Amino acid sequence: MENTSFLAEVADNWMLVVMFTLFIGAILWALRPGSRDVHDETANIPFRNEDHPGSSETEDLQK
Amino acid sequence: MGNYIKLIALGGVALFAAVAANWGRDVSYIVHAMIILAVAGFMFVRVLRKMDEPVYATPDGYMDDVIRAGVIATGFWGVVGFLVGVVIAFQLAFPQLNFEVLQPYGNFGRLRPLHTSAVIFAFGGNALIMSSFYIVQRTCGARLWGGNLAWFVFWGYNLFIILAATGYLLGGTQSKEYAEPEWYVDIWLTIVWVAFLLVYLGTIFKRTEKHIYVANWFLLSFIVTVAMLHIVNNISIPVSIWGSKSVQVFSGVQDAMVQWWYGHNAVGFFLTAGFLGMMYYFVPKQAGRPVFSYKLSIIHFWALIFLYIWAGPHHLHYTALPDWASTLGMVFSIILWMPSWGGMINGLMTLQGAWDKLRTDPIIRMMVISLAFYGMSTFEGPMMSIRAVNSLSHYTDWTIGHVHSGALGWNGMITFSALYFLTPKLWGRAQMYSMSAINWHFWLATIGIILYAASMWVTGIMEGLMWREVDANGFLVNSFADTVSAKFPMYVVRGLGGVLYLSGALIMAWNMFMTIRGGARVAAPVGVPAE
Repeated sequence: MENTSFLAEVADNWMLVVMFTLFIGAILWALRPGSRDVHDETANIPFRNEDHPGSSETEDLQK
Repeated sequence: MGNYIKLIALGGVALFAAVAANWGRDVSYIVHAMIILAVAGFMFVRVLRKMDEPVYATPDGYMDDVIRAGVIATGFWGVVGFLVGVVIAFQLAFPQLNFEVLQPYGNFGRLRPLHTSAVIFAFGGNALIMSSFYIVQRTCGARLWGGNLAWFVFWGYNLFIILAATGYLLGGTQSKEYAEPEWYVDIWLTIVWVAFLLVYLGTIFKRTEKHIYVANWFLLSFIVTVAMLHIVNNISIPVSIWGSKSVQVFSGVQDAMVQWWYGHNAVGFFLTAGFLGMMYYFVPKQAGRPVFSYKLSIIHFWALIFLYIWAGPHHLHYTALPDWASTLGMVFSIILWMPSWGGMINGLMTLQGAWDKLRTDPIIRMMVISLAFYGMSTFEGPMMSIRAVNSLSHYTDWTIGHVHSGALGWNGMITFSALYFLTPKLWGRAQMYSMSAINWHFWLATIGIILYAASMWVTGIMEGLMWREVDANGFLVNSFADTVSAKFPMYVVRGLGGVLYLSGALIMAWNMFMTIRGGARVAAPVGVPAE
């Protein structure tokens, strides 16, 4: 029982803070300045390598 | 050397299965032992015949044959699952359809898990496995890792489906919703799933692209989370190694909470995250433009991951579960509305600048209706998770209507469009055999869902209101049987909706067959001005 209460206390204090920080951190990281080029490049991945591995030359759509 | 180990292992499995078939305590277990004996025996002969044959170097292109098999399996299981669904829908409307000669195998109680597992795990699961194999290769620019391990995943998963389906009919079930298969089937699925994870991760590790495309994040989270959910929800102790019966380790409200933590996250990570992975690849591909906002897709992903896992307790309002836990589930379900709609908007806005395709491309139209249903059911779900709404909706057909608008609308439609995208690509055809058949499929399926969802709203709310109706003295006005007879017309309408949805799927199966057999149908041009 003591273990359970201890774990419950850790979960609703420190773990809550850790999870929330990770969540906000992940979102802020996505919104960081300078991420646009990376994201544009990554968003175009589906338009490469269509027929065989490493065939990057196929079509490269840029916004 | 590898072949010798395989032979010893297969021989051992076959021997064990033969003993198990002899000593088995129940029908389901004995039949499963025979199936395993047959499979192990077949594989033994197959490996034996390949002994000392020259081993060919692995080709360096994409591994597409396993995806072709997956496309066919998806189409096949879809038709089977929808057919069983139509049968049980009419069994509810006309109980005489529980034919006496078919008892107990053809009973609603045994066919119902057969339907849910056939559509979710057989149709949806094969769709997810084949499209994740397709997507991970294309977005990583790398051949599938692990050689024939991908084939092991495909056949192993379909063996799991056969074992699960025959088990339900023969009475082998642990009675946990969406997790009915008994202990040895669960162990087999765990092995297959680990192989799936290895193939997926191995391919990501050897990618030639610098970044990991967002569709892979969703698919990987689906694979990892389903593994975790499956293992925790199936912790049970078999009564005997020679029988299918097992006993759950958790009991009472803990068992209920674990079950709905599993159940809701099966919706969240199997039917949502996995299919969103498909959406984030196939929608941009078919629209011919990158996803509307890559940033939004990242936020969609992390919000879904952090929020979904807490939403399960909303299945246990007004039960022995503490109030704080069900409130937690309710609050997280409502917050989930935002990332879900963010994802829907992201998918729809990918068509920005290509909206004309909605008119000309039936596959895009299917994707759009699928996203619309994703938005609708992710609005309806949070609303139903509110305790006050749930007190009306829970245990009624409203829940069944909600599940089906999500499953038929979102999962079904996005899978159909993926099949229409993949079939011509994988068999080297210019397009599907008949584009107008896709249109037929679209309208049959859409009208089918509308009939289904509308009749279930009506009957669900009616039945909820009838159950809580009390007279001036505080006595209940209606008996349970009153609600059953009042629901009859809506049950017939629901069955008809299912018939329409099934006919759409049959048209798709025919269209896929004709495409695979070869050649596109030359259609007379429509809307060309007269000369």
